[in-house]
Amino acid sequence: MNIALIAAVVLVLTGLGYVLGRRGAHSSVSGEVRVLHSLPSYHGLYLALWVGLPGLALLIVWPIVAGELIPAMVATTLPVELRAQAPYLVDILLSDIRNLAHGGIVGREVDAVIQRAADYHASLERLSRIWLAVAVVAIGAASFLWRRHRIAPELRARNAVERAARVLLVACSTIAVFITLGIVLSLIFEAVRFFGLVPLGDFLFGLTWSPQTAIRTDQVGSSGAFGAVPLVAGTLLITTIAMLIAAPVGLTSAIYMSEYASPSLRRIAKPLMEVLAGIPTVVYGFFAALTIAPFLRDTGSIVGLNVASESALAAGLVMGIMIIPFVSSLSDDVMNAVPQSLRDGALALGATRSETIIQVVIPAALPGIVGAVLLAVSRAIGETMIVVMAAGLAANLTANPFAAVTTMTVQMVTLLVGDQEFDSAKTLAAFALGLLLLTITLGLNILALKIVQRYREKYD
Amino acid sequence: MTEAASGRALILSAGARARLRRRHAAERRFRLYGLAAILVAIAMLVLLLASIVVRGHSAFFQTEIGLDIHFDAQLIDPGGTGAADDISRADFATLVRVALMRRFADVTERRDVRRLLGVVSRGASFDLRAMVLEDSTLIGTTRRVWVPASDRVESVRKGRVDRDIAEADRGISDREIAWIDGLEADGLVRTVFNWRFLASGDSREPELAGVGGAMIGSFLTMLVTLLVAFPLGVCTALYLQEFAPRNRWTDLIEVNINNLAAVPSIVFGLLGLAVFLNVMEMPRSAPIVGGLTLALMTLPTIIIAARLAIGAVPPSLREAALALGASPLQTAIHHVLPVAMPGVLTGAIIGMARALGETAPLLMIGMVAFIVDIPTSISDPSTVLPVQIYIWADSPERGFAEKTSAAIIVLLLFLIAMNGLAIYLRGRFERRW
Amino acid sequence: MSVVAEHFEARGPATEPSPKMETRALDVFYGAKQALYSIDLSIRENEVTALIGPSGCGKSTYLRCLNRMNDTIPECRVSGEVSLDGANIYDINVDVVEVRARVGMVFQKPNPFPKSIYDNIAYGPRIHGVGWTREQLDEIVQRSLVRAGLWEEVRDRLDEPGTGLSGGQQQRLCIARAIAVNPEVILMDEPCSALDPIATARIEELIDELKVNYTIVIVTHSMQQAARVSQRAAFFHLGVLVECDDTPTMFTNPSDKRTQDYVTGRFG
Repeated sequence: MNIALIAAVVLVLTGLGYVLGRRGAHSSVSGEVRVLHSLPSYHGLYLALWVGLPGLALLIVWPIVAGELIPAMVATTLPVELRAQAPYLVDILLSDIRNLAHGGIVGREVDAVIQRAADYHASLERLSRIWLAVAVVAIGAASFLWRRHRIAPELRARNAVERAARVLLVACSTIAVFITLGIVLSLIFEAVRFFGLVPLGDFLFGLTWSPQTAIRTDQVGSSGAFGAVPLVAGTLLITTIAMLIAAPVGLTSAIYMSEYASPSLRRIAKPLMEVLAGIPTVVYGFFAALTIAPFLRDTGSIVGLNVASESALAAGLVMGIMIIPFVSSLSDDVMNAVPQSLRDGALALGATRSETIIQVVIPAALPGIVGAVLLAVSRAIGETMIVVMAAGLAANLTANPFAAVTTMTVQMVTLLVGDQEFDSAKTLAAFALGLLLLTITLGLNILALKIVQRYREKYD
Repeated sequence: MTEAASGRALILSAGARARLRRRHAAERRFRLYGLAAILVAIAMLVLLLASIVVRGHSAFFQTEIGLDIHFDAQLIDPGGTGAADDISRADFATLVRVALMRRFADVTERRDVRRLLGVVSRGASFDLRAMVLEDSTLIGTTRRVWVPASDRVESVRKGRVDRDIAEADRGISDREIAWIDGLEADGLVRTVFNWRFLASGDSREPELAGVGGAMIGSFLTMLVTLLVAFPLGVCTALYLQEFAPRNRWTDLIEVNINNLAAVPSIVFGLLGLAVFLNVMEMPRSAPIVGGLTLALMTLPTIIIAARLAIGAVPPSLREAALALGASPLQTAIHHVLPVAMPGVLTGAIIGMARALGETAPLLMIGMVAFIVDIPTSISDPSTVLPVQIYIWADSPERGFAEKTSAAIIVLLLFLIAMNGLAIYLRGRFERRW
Repeated sequence: MSVVAEHFEARGPATEPSPKMETRALDVFYGAKQALYSIDLSIRENEVTALIGPSGCGKSTYLRCLNRMNDTIPECRVSGEVSLDGANIYDINVDVVEVRARVGMVFQKPNPFPKSIYDNIAYGPRIHGVGWTREQLDEIVQRSLVRAGLWEEVRDRLDEPGTGLSGGQQQRLCIARAIAVNPEVILMDEPCSALDPIATARIEELIDELKVNYTIVIVTHSMQQAARVSQRAAFFHLGVLVECDDTPTMFTNPSDKRTQDYVTGRFG
């Protein structure tokens, strides 16, 4: 008797409700279907929903409630000295008991008391599941008996079912809002805990990033510095290099493809650009680390420059390549939206095509192009894998593209990949960085949107 | 043409003509820049793909060494019971050593012996064990068995070792090379297609490591993502396009979806960490957590694509259905959705393709462990293909560089297949009516 | 008599003209702009009533009120009474689905579903439970196609998509589809404006046959068509019902000067 089995029971009951409802509708009019207000299948769905939804609700709510109640009940059977410990120690004890009851291994010595508690836990769980099964069947049957008398020709079953379906659709739509809420709340929650350990001012304006924390909980103070400025600077450096490549190349290629390219060239080049956009970033990162970075380092040593093997240039170069299709397709859309009449006017005056583009089309499309560039910047700032694999780990406040720098996203990964306790300042710092990152990228997106909206009227 | 007419053909001053020439030159330069930009982009693409393929294609072939193995009954099954447990515990590595020592009888010094054993992969003993467990009649016989060669041998055969540089700088001794050449001369070395790469999970030994585990892990994760994001996305899109009134609440939902589509993927990883792992205490590194996290990330993409497809359905279709007395819900489900489905599916496939290549969010939820076993359910610890690539990219052995590139080739092939499917669907169902 | 036959032969020609549908003080607003001003109009049973008038005068808007299709336009607001057999269809308790099952509509541009011919026609009866078994549906499909004058042309290709027919055939398919639900009233919004003259002639013949069993309201911008097809005509101008009378009278001896000007081609 486990949850999956009970879920199957709910499913079977629902199916039964559907079949009986449909048959009931048929028999209530002796087969004359058109006398019914709603088709028999709707009557079936009506009963099925009435039987199945309460069961589903129980399936979801019961285990949660049991999950709280059962440990509490087990705790009451424990001897006083175990119960009197600090709350978090009690929690650990209870979770160990739970693991033991499920047949897992625990990292403590199992004596008779604990074994007894585990057995009790297991028996409580069994009992709870049996009661759940009984409740599900009972409520399904009760619901069925209560509602089956409503199956009649006049029953507006279709309306009831459609109302329920609408509720489902609305619920689905609100999930999007919940996701945003979830992101924002979880980030803020953990970040606030971080700022309890490290002051906000130190984080935002500190110039040193060296995230060491106490290893033992009773160690006095941490010797770490959590200043985010070098990270932001590193991010900006790499982003700037990337945009210096992506913006000109992306824009000019978009211009050529929309204004000059022959259809055959467009047929080949456009899909190839889309391929460039579809390559996973981890592949770009690998390319950056294994091909570009050594090449730059070796070329640099030939020329006499000291290029680090994890230089910002390597990461920025490859990131730029990745963003080219992004800028290109957005600019292409924007320039296509400029009405042909503007171009015709310029050409009719005797301007060459390049003059038309540079002096008429691009100024008309400028808000859109600026918006596209901002969106590309936002994408570059949030990019992770290329920098994780090609950029460095040490925070370095510099504007030298040949030096190794680190970014916010790299640090987020480094802080969390590993066996840290969830509460230490190190792991919480990752959430603070996440909040900073989210603020910056969303800010850029909103700015891009505003620019496009505000200045678009002028040329319509 | 009369003289007068020809005289009237554009009379320009010398200065004007020079300006015109300059303008045309500028035009030509401009065109050149545009073309150059496209060519640069394509060249980078070609460079990227070429470097990956060059580096990785050799990983699809494995070197095997033919050894005459005597399946010594004394070693394998001393008690004569034939029990599987006893046989499993036998020391099959000794069988390999005996065979090698017999072939190279002149090797006696301990250090040389160790090097000699290093010619064959550690996985050879596992292969032998599997063979005996499957077919116990092998015990007592002597057979020629093809076992995988070690990474060192592969390095030599695949040309990663430069024979011309001095022995001290090379990393592989002359003697080892002599052995390998000797085996080759005797026809005891062959190259086969590396099925092991596609079937087995990760391993510390480069020659045994495979993407099989990662592929299954990716498949399971994608399954969870699809099952969660597709229904949710389509329902949301249907509601927003067909039923939602225009009020502040629906505007809020729309703004939310557009913003979510622009959030960096790593932030979704943080969300997954905080909610799924911390609050809901799901198993770390399992496809169900990875799938849910990626579903959250893919949801806005699917919603936006589905809305476009649903919105493209002409209103006359809806009017016809409504005029017959269909309810709005019936109209949406019986008429609008089937017509919009190709576009919805295309958008979903493209979204899933993007999710397949995602790494950062999965790193956050812990799918970065060293997983050897192939996962069998959505709650087994596993890894996914892009994360496997990331893990291997960090490994210093030369063998792993080749494997990483090969894994990238596998990943790209999957992506090509998915995008190809999307394009095929788009073309096939485009305006069938 | 079979269920289906009963279904189709329930209504015969009326003995005396009684208003099948009636509008009283009907006002329609699009946002703040008023499109129809206090329309009082009776539609008689088993007659063809033509709504005529220049473009933008509100004929289509009026037509769409009769089966509450204006409900689908968010900014549209309707006040006044529209009754079917004496009952107001805009009453709160009325289910709009039922209204549309009794008052069908054919649109200006043919809009067959991207399904087979059979499924196009069977869809309405299926959702209203009028046809249940395969035999019942077959019968309904055949009768509807026969009544719409399309049966001979498509009887062997009922499984082919409805969108594969010619324009005229598609419009007849849409008429057959509307008939299959067995409405009492059929509304037609310029049904021939997208068709060539020969197809138009066929549809006009069809309308003449249909009026025996159904009440028809047709919007047309062609006065000749109105003269050929209808028994009563209502002239709309700038959202106001100017005149409504028997068709011959309307065209030969109209009471209002505006009607006179329109009918003689002075404007429109």
